[in-house]
Amino acid sequence: MTIEVIVSKDPFDAGLLLSEFTKTADQAGGIVSFSGQVRPKANQEDVSALVLQSYEPMTTEGIRARAVDAQKRWPLDQILIRHRIGLISTGETIVFVATASAHRRAAFEAADFLMDYLKTEAVFWKKEVTESGEHWIEPRKEDYQDGERWNVD
Amino acid sequence: MLELLYFGKLGDVTGKTSEQIELPPSVPDLNSLRQWIDERFEADGIFLEPTVRIAVDNEIKSNDFKISNAREIAFLPPVGGG
Repeated sequence: MTIEVIVSKDPFDAGLLLSEFTKTADQAGGIVSFSGQVRPKANQEDVSALVLQSYEPMTTEGIRARAVDAQKRWPLDQILIRHRIGLISTGETIVFVATASAHRRAAFEAADFLMDYLKTEAVFWKKEVTESGEHWIEPRKEDYQDGERWNVD
Repeated sequence: MLELLYFGKLGDVTGKTSEQIELPPSVPDLNSLRQWIDERFEADGIFLEPTVRIAVDNEIKSNDFKISNAREIAFLPPVGGG
């Protein structure tokens, strides 16, 4: 079982990450991946970029702890989580999660579980850059509801 | 010397993301630090909000935590969203 977590300013290619992940997960029966990109619209406004702050080592350690939790809940062979910080332009990939398991359901559920953490609890602050200026994004109620599905202490 | 870090919207309130500072003796714990910082930046109580958590040397601490030998104190507004 390997867990890899990378939080970095560097852009990445989700397709390439998935292809490398698939090569190393050769014992798995199923691989699930999710990539999230910066949306061009928010509240009917054009978004040109997001700016993300993290607080290290708290951010990376928190993500890693949740990946360890995922590994206890589902029989996983491999987890990769990659998240960008800094200035990220519209259309660029901001997050990538991949999970590998003997069976598909574990891989699907673990990826969903990890994404919920990344959206609601991971230590990131996000600022939208729009035509009307820059503003910090506040957590939405739906995000918390997504996170509550998993009964995490 | 102590380093203070202001994340998210708090950096807009203070006009900076970090600063080096010497705390006065009237600020022995996190509770008084919240008050002191809030007054210093005329922040209208944003630093007193319970949703703003404080990490001392990368660990979340409660308001009664005594600040001694701390190297870095970070003010963390609510995370998530987007």
